[in-house]
Amino acid sequence: MSIWEYANPVKFIRTTDRLLPWFSWAALSCLAIGLIWGFFFTPDDFRQGSTVKIIYLHVPAALMAINAWLMMLVASLIWIVRRHHVSALAARAAAPVGAVMTVIALATGAIWGQPMWGTWWAWDPRLTSFLILFLFYLGYIALWSAIEDDDTAADLTSILCLVGSVFALLSRYAVLFWNQGLHQEATFSADKEQNIADVFWYPAVISMVGFALLFIALVFLRTQTEIRARRARALLARERTL
Amino acid sequence: MLPDLGKYAGYVLSAYAVSLTLIILLVLFSVMRARRVRRELEDIEARQGRSTKEASDG
Repeated sequence: MSIWEYANPVKFIRTTDRLLPWFSWAALSCLAIGLIWGFFFTPDDFRQGSTVKIIYLHVPAALMAINAWLMMLVASLIWIVRRHHVSALAARAAAPVGAVMTVIALATGAIWGQPMWGTWWAWDPRLTSFLILFLFYLGYIALWSAIEDDDTAADLTSILCLVGSVFALLSRYAVLFWNQGLHQEATFSADKEQNIADVFWYPAVISMVGFALLFIALVFLRTQTEIRARRARALLARERTL
Repeated sequence: MLPDLGKYAGYVLSAYAVSLTLIILLVLFSVMRARRVRRELEDIEARQGRSTKEASDG
């Protein structure tokens, strides 16, 4: 069995139809557990007070904002190299989800920044690259909508996705390149010494898993929709020529 | 019911309100569009199936 079997739209819809309820319920469960645990049952931080509870939203959303773009990059490369329509449509389907994750990361970051940094916004490398990433999401979505021919739209948006990947990576690694911003280094670390305390870590991990599962479930559903919409457009075009 | 969020209550609650609202809207729009497009495709397929059958019968 090859992964390229799922490039067949019928096979993709049939398989994701079976997986979708599992991913949806798993996402809902993880989000409910992670966010309720984090909000109600974790202590305040000695320095940040209760604003530490914002990390259960901010960090997973920021993680998914970057990873959604990377998923779109892989799907776009598959489209460019192998011309599988499902991969181009999956990239299209992921963009609004990634854009919403970026808005959540920017909004929760601003809300956290006001009491902690004394400002809603700073032209810090990470914040700025995240804002540019959001603009790339908007441009990507607009470009898909602006071009009538699906294949041309897929080609041009794939190129835009390649360019935007620079900012997706920058928003992750900007703090390492420019040591001059307000934003601290990564909140979570694989190094136990550097990582936050377990009492914050466990609900945060469950929340991150919830966001990742939600992203997968939404991409499955939205890709199915894009496949059906593409088929509907093709049938209508055929009807007009008859 | 709510934990004591102290002087930062407004910030924490607004962060949760904004995020959960956006997530719920995203899910709702995705599900509603999925249903609408599915229905539209079924209508088109049914219509074209009928017209193909009528053409072959007639």
